Amino acid sequence: MATAAARWNHVWVGTETGILKGVNLQRKQATNFTAGGQPRREESVSALCWGAGGETLILVGCADRTVKHFSTEEGIFQGQRHCPGGEGTFRGLAQANGTVITCVDSGILRVWHDNDKDISSDPLLEVRVGPGVCRMRQDPAHPHVVATGGKENALKMWDLQGSEEPVFRAKNVRNDWLDLRVPIWDQDIQFLPGSQKLVTCTGYHQVRVYDPASPQRRPVLETTYGEYPLTAMTLTPGGNSVIVGNTHGQLAEIDLRQGRLLGCLKGLAGSVRGLQCHPSKPLLASCGLDRVLRIHRIQNPRGLEHKVYLKSQLNCLLLSDRDNWEDEPQEPQEPNNVPLEDTETDELWASLEAAAKRKLSDLEQTQGALQTRRRKKKRPGSTSP
Amino acid sequence: MAKSGDKSSSTEKKSLKRKAAAEELQDAAFAGDGATESEGQPPKAAAFPPGFSISEIKNKQRRHLMFMRWKQQQRKEKLAAKKKLKKEREALGDKAPPKPVPKTIDNQRVYDETTVDPNDEEVAYDEATDEFASYFNKQTSPKILITTSDRPHGRTVRLCEQLSTVIPNSHVYYRRGLALKKIIPQCITRDFTDLIVINEDRKTPNGLILSHLPNGPTAHFKMSSVRLRKEIKRRGKDPTEHIPEIILNNFTTRLGHSIGRMFASLFPHNPQFIGRQVATFHNQRDYIFFRFHRYIFRSEKKVGIQELGPRFTLKLRSLQKGTFDSKYGEYEWVHKPREMDTSRRKFHL
Repeated sequence: MATAAARWNHVWVGTETGILKGVNLQRKQATNFTAGGQPRREESVSALCWGAGGETLILVGCADRTVKHFSTEEGIFQGQRHCPGGEGTFRGLAQANGTVITCVDSGILRVWHDNDKDISSDPLLEVRVGPGVCRMRQDPAHPHVVATGGKENALKMWDLQGSEEPVFRAKNVRNDWLDLRVPIWDQDIQFLPGSQKLVTCTGYHQVRVYDPASPQRRPVLETTYGEYPLTAMTLTPGGNSVIVGNTHGQLAEIDLRQGRLLGCLKGLAGSVRGLQCHPSKPLLASCGLDRVLRIHRIQNPRGLEHKVYLKSQLNCLLLSDRDNWEDEPQEPQEPNNVPLEDTETDELWASLEAAAKRKLSDLEQTQGALQTRRRKKKRPGSTSP
Repeated sequence: MAKSGDKSSSTEKKSLKRKAAAEELQDAAFAGDGATESEGQPPKAAAFPPGFSISEIKNKQRRHLMFMRWKQQQRKEKLAAKKKLKKEREALGDKAPPKPVPKTIDNQRVYDETTVDPNDEEVAYDEATDEFASYFNKQTSPKILITTSDRPHGRTVRLCEQLSTVIPNSHVYYRRGLALKKIIPQCITRDFTDLIVINEDRKTPNGLILSHLPNGPTAHFKMSSVRLRKEIKRRGKDPTEHIPEIILNNFTTRLGHSIGRMFASLFPHNPQFIGRQVATFHNQRDYIFFRFHRYIFRSEKKVGIQELGPRFTLKLRSLQKGTFDSKYGEYEWVHKPREMDTSRRKFHL
C-alpha cells in the first residue's frame, strides 16, 4: 500500500535522522522511508535531487558521503554509491546525462558515473572549488553548468565540459563606508531562467544578482533583508522575484527588478532549511528546524495552505513539479478496493446472473426452484415468471 | 460621600425607588424614560415601552439607582438559583449528577500536534541521539559555569551564589567584560558541560541564557519574579551539599521535551535521597516555575515541605541550535509574539 502510494506524494523531505519522508497533501499522510529500516543519524540527509527520467528517481545525499537511489514508483531504496573525497557533508547534488555531480564542504566537486552495479570509486572529473562551500547548484537549462559559493568563497560558475578554470568568477563588492572589506558568505544560489543571471543570498542578509554576460564581475543588484543570515532561496513562478528564508524563520519575497520587498510569509518558528516553489502554481513549500513542513500560497491571497508536523528536524525538500495534484488519489484506490472487497459479492452476482439466464430459458420447469431461490437471495431485479 | 450614602441607606433608597416608581406611574403620560419593570413591588406595574433599557435614562442619578436595583435583583435571583440547586443535589443524594467541571484555560488548551507520544519510535530515536545523549547515557557528568552580564549588581551576584549552592558541581565566575564566544571555547577545553549566564537590567536579573556546551543548544529565557533566600517567608535552613532530586512537570510538546532534557542535564544523575532536597521545574502555560524544597515524610501520605533556595519564573524566548551565537546561529524555535500569542488557549511548551 505504501509502495503503491509513494508515487503520489507531493513533497519529499530529508531529515536529520536519515529518514526520507514522502508527504501526500491531498490525503494528508506522511510516510517514512529508510534505507536500513532504522533511522540513523550518521545518514542524515543533506542533499536531495531528482534523478534521471522524470520524477521517478530521487538521489539522496547522506552525511556519511553516500548517495542513495530511491525509486518513487516502488518506494524503496534501490542502491547506493559511496562518494569519497574531501571532508564535510554534501553541499550540492545534481545529475546530468547519466552522471552524478557532488560537491562537499571542503570544496571537492566530483562527477561520478551513475550506475548502481559498477560502484567504482573513480570520479570522472574532479574540480577544486575552494574551501567552505555552502551550496552547489546546477543550471536547469544547461546541465553541465554548475555554480558554487560559500563562506569566504566567492561565487564561481563552472562549465564541467569546458576548462578547469571557472567560466565566471564573481568579484567582491567595494569596501563599505568605513573602508572595510565586506565579508563573503554565499548561502544559496539560483539560476534565473531565460538569461545567464545568477541570484545569491548571503549570510550577511544580502540578496545579490550577478550577470556573467555583462562586463562587470560585481553584482548587478544588491538588496538586504532582515538582520539574520539568509539560509535558503527559491525562484517564484513569474521569474521576477525570489523568496528567501532566514535563520529566524522569516520568509520574504523580494522583487529582482527593483530590489524591493514585496511581502512576507508568516508561520515558521525555526531556521529555514529548504524552500521550493512550484513551477506553475503559486505554492511554496518550506521546511526547517522546527520540524514542520509548510505549504504557503504566494499570491491571491498570501497565506498558509498546509502544515504537516514531521517529527524530525528537516534538512532539505523536493517539491514535485506535476500539475495535477487532485486527481491522483482516486486512481490507485479503485484497483485496490475492487479486488479486496467485491470478490465474494462478484461471485454472488455471477451465480445470480446464471440463474436469471436459466429462468428465461426454462420458465415453466424451474419455477419451484426459482421460488426457493427468491426466498434465499433477494434479487433486486426479480421479475414475476 | 455618595458611596457611603448608597451603602448605608439602601433600605431608604429602596423606599425612595418605590416612591419614585409610584410617582412615575402617575406621570406615565409625560415620562419618556420610565422606570424598569418593578416586579412584585408596586402592584400597578405600568406598561413600559418594549425594548427599553436602563441605559436610555438620561438622568445619571436615576439611571444609577435603576441599575443598582436591577443588579441587586440579579444577585438575589442567582443566590436563589444556587440554593435551589444545592437543595436538589442534597435531595438526590447519591444519584445526583456529577458536578460540572469548570472551564479553565488549561482545560481548554488547544491540542498541540507536536505533543510527544511515548510510544513514538521516531521521536524516541531523535531524543536518544540528540546533543544530550551523552548525559543520559551517563558518559558525562555535568559541570556548570555560572556567570552574569558585565558589571552585575548585588541582587544578581547573590542570585548566582545561591544558584551555585542549588546546582551541584557549579562554579561562579565574575564576567570581566569577556565575550561569550571567547569564553565558550575555554569552557569546552576545561570540560564544562553547561554555561549559565544571568542577564541583568537595572539592578535586577531579568534573563537567563543556558547553553549546553560541546555543541549543544542554547536556550534564552526571560526571568521574572526572582526571590532570593532572605525574601522567602517561612523558609528552611540553607541547603546542604547533597545532590537534589529533580521534578520536571508538564513538558509535553517536542519543544518542551528538549527544554526539559536541558534542565535535567544540569544536575548529576544520582540524587542523594538522604538530603531530602528537590528542585522543581514546573511548566504551566509556557511559564516555567523553579522552586527548591526540602521535604520530609511525616507518614505514608503526609509530607511536609520547606522552601529553601531561590525562586524564579522563566519564559522561553528562543532555542538556538549551536552554542551561543545570537547573530549567525540557526534557531530551532523563536518566540514571535504577534504570530504565536494570538490565541489565549495555545501554548508551545
